[in-house]
Amino acid sequence: MSITLSPWNRYPKISSEKVISWTDRTKPLPKTPMIAYANGRSYSDVCLTSDGTPVLTRPLNKFIEFDRQTGKLKAEAGVTLQEILTLVVPQGWFLQVTPGTQFVTLGGALANDVHGKNHHSVGSFGNFVLNFELLRSDGQRLVCSPDTNQQWFEATIGGLGLTGLIVWVEIQLQPINNPAMVVQSESFSNLTRFWDVNSKHSSTSPYTVAWLDCAATGRKLGRGVFFAGRHAGALNTYPTHPETTKSVPIESPVSLINRFSLKAFNALYARQPTKPEGFIQHYIPYFYPLDAIKNWNRLYGKKGFFQYQCVLPMESAPEGLNLLLKDISKSGQGSFLAVLKTFGDIPSKGLLSFPRPGATLALDFANRGNSTLRLLSKLDEIVKDHGGALYPAKDGRMSSEMFKHSFPLWEHFSESIDPYFCSDFWSRVSR
Amino acid sequence: MNPTNRALIIGATSAIAESCCRKLIGEGASLVCIGRDANKLESLKQDLLVRATGEQQVHCITADLTDTEAHHALLQEAHTLLPDIDSVLIAHGSLPDQKACEQSYNETAKQININALSVISLLTELANDFEKKGKGVIAVITSVAGDRGRQSNYVYGAAKGMVSTFLQGLRNRLSKSAVSVVDIKPGFVDTPMTASFDKSGPLWAQPEQVAEGIIQAMKKGKDEVYLLWFWRWIMLIIKLIPERIFKKLSL
Ligand SMILES: Cc1cc2nc3c(=O)[nH]c(=O)nc-3n(C[C@H](O)[C@H](O)[C@H](O)COP(=O)(O)OP(=O)(O)OC[C@H]3O[C@@H](n4cnc5c(N)ncnc54)[C@H](O)[C@@H]3O)c2cc1C
Ligand SMILES: NC(=O)c1ccc[n+]([C@@H]2O[C@H](COP(=O)([O-])OP(=O)(O)OC[C@H]3O[C@@H](n4cnc5c(N)ncnc54)[C@H](OP(=O)(O)O)[C@@H]3O)[C@@H](O)[C@H]2O)c1
Repeated sequence: MSITLSPWNRYPKISSEKVISWTDRTKPLPKTPMIAYANGRSYSDVCLTSDGTPVLTRPLNKFIEFDRQTGKLKAEAGVTLQEILTLVVPQGWFLQVTPGTQFVTLGGALANDVHGKNHHSVGSFGNFVLNFELLRSDGQRLVCSPDTNQQWFEATIGGLGLTGLIVWVEIQLQPINNPAMVVQSESFSNLTRFWDVNSKHSSTSPYTVAWLDCAATGRKLGRGVFFAGRHAGALNTYPTHPETTKSVPIESPVSLINRFSLKAFNALYARQPTKPEGFIQHYIPYFYPLDAIKNWNRLYGKKGFFQYQCVLPMESAPEGLNLLLKDISKSGQGSFLAVLKTFGDIPSKGLLSFPRPGATLALDFANRGNSTLRLLSKLDEIVKDHGGALYPAKDGRMSSEMFKHSFPLWEHFSESIDPYFCSDFWSRVSR
Repeated sequence: MNPTNRALIIGATSAIAESCCRKLIGEGASLVCIGRDANKLESLKQDLLVRATGEQQVHCITADLTDTEAHHALLQEAHTLLPDIDSVLIAHGSLPDQKACEQSYNETAKQININALSVISLLTELANDFEKKGKGVIAVITSVAGDRGRQSNYVYGAAKGMVSTFLQGLRNRLSKSAVSVVDIKPGFVDTPMTASFDKSGPLWAQPEQVAEGIIQAMKKGKDEVYLLWFWRWIMLIIKLIPERIFKKLSL
């Protein structure tokens, strides 16, 4: 019997003879090369190991404590953000930081120090981690916080699962009035206009993000729609969210994704500007639009796809983004939609945390083999020339050189790696 | 509708049972959870208490369920902790290494013991209890594997099949006492028991989906449910294949 694991982009696919299903938080680790595989929502080989044993952490899914007065929640590392929200939203609490899918686990969110649409106002996930337990293969259990076992705290946040097994995590939640969001949207006709719209909303809205039309060229290069959001104040009635989701039942033989996003974008762009005063939306469609179509990753077909996410420092971002978008639109290979957002200057806690001040661009590329890889290497050059960095959670092919350029503290970090932990990502980039 | 307000969950730390516990707690029920691993039970209890509100109770008892001698006292203890139990779910089980069973009668007997005899011992006690009360629901997780013996897992299948046949008789006996006897037959479920199986096929269900089906079946007092539903039809076809053909298939 063997089990095939892949990250969310369905490339690469690794089959393992042995897997360990982690159900008991009090158990010690085996002495065998391993890496945690949580919910596989990364778009890279950070959660895969070809030579070692994957440790499945999803079964580690118990709540431990929830203080309804202070909004402190302690839970095992395999609990998903969805499970947390289902528990805490009715009690008037919400995650401080959430990525664009609620199907990630606490352990995964910590190990990639994930960011959300509110990075510019609150920073990344690790900033709200009060403490966690790190289990090392030598049997040590280290409770880490900003003040205790600080070395392990900093190495484990954004540490790509390499410092040991994260057993449980305690996080601070933020209070909300209800499940509703107030959302404003505004279209912009090119990249220059994006900067204006962004600075207007960033100072007043805790959540901001823009969708870019990657097919646009020339004067329209970088056109898109900007979304600014905040949690709603007290309301008499607020929207509910139906539980039904659509699902992509089978892998499509060819990539269908652009047809979907094209339709979505055109509909939105044409409707712009909608209601400058904002409209009310339930938090699920606001934060997690892609979750509405289960297994949407199958739309990319058998070969899977690549995601590409970079951050460029503010000074070089306008020029760098211009070059990136030009190359992407010229190649005709990019997904139709890209996501653009500015990060703020609240420092991340982790030695290898990706978020840093600047602008971050993310998009998908169907896997067309070498031609796609060549294009991505070309984009790498632009990112490097502009002092930028790539996101390990979303990059299954970045070179060792690009990684080291992106994370200058990598050598210092590597002192904290557990001798029995290894991932295919790390084997590649640490060469 | 059978009430499931005061439930006894045996093999409570199984992934499917844990999901059932959460659903029942979500509906306001109180529970007694029996399992063999004290650590896992303690963390299950904490989890359920985080989800519970107000007056809801969660009690735990640690016991190795193959110790049938202890079953009488075990069930007494459950009744003392939570009087007036109205529903029981038996969930524990183990998926044998079929090859190891082929080499060893001891291994085979051990597997039949945990998957069948321990369950039948519990059912013997519970049946008398519920028969006296004249109401309630007893549900057991068996398996589609019990519907027909196959070379890849006939020891497991035989044990589960024995329980299903036992349940049929028990249902027949208890129908006049208005006690529901529910046989739950899951197909493929993504749990630690099946951790090393390839799950890319379309037939796999998550424990939450199966738990939903179990609770519904218990409330409605169904006799036999396949989870997910399509397994009823898959198993019907499998049962219809003539033996002279079936014996040659590599299933
Ligand atoms: C639709 C979609 C939208 C997304 N949007 C965003 C976004 O807006 N912002 C963002 O930052 N990311 C985003 N992501 C990426 C995602 O948030 C991260 O990749 C996240 O880490 C995935 O978590 P997971 O639980 O699935 O972990 P996996 O992908 O299974 O693992 C991720 C890493 O965490 C490690 N790990 C997991 N659990 C443990 C543990 N218990 N102990 C030790 N190590 C562990 C693994 O070893 C691996 O290195 C998005 C992904 C998708 C699919
Ligand atoms: N998963 C499937 O595809 C599938 C399909 C059909 C039927 N089933 C049946 O569904 C039920 C639940 O299984 P699952 O899938 O949820 O797997 P699971 O999580 O592995 O659960 C099996 C449970 O049985 C317990 N157990 C084993 N031996 C025991 C003993 N001697 N005493 C006490 N408890 C014992 C285990 O205890 P520990 O927690 O301490 O290990 C574990 O909790 C089982 O009866 C199984 O046969 C499962």
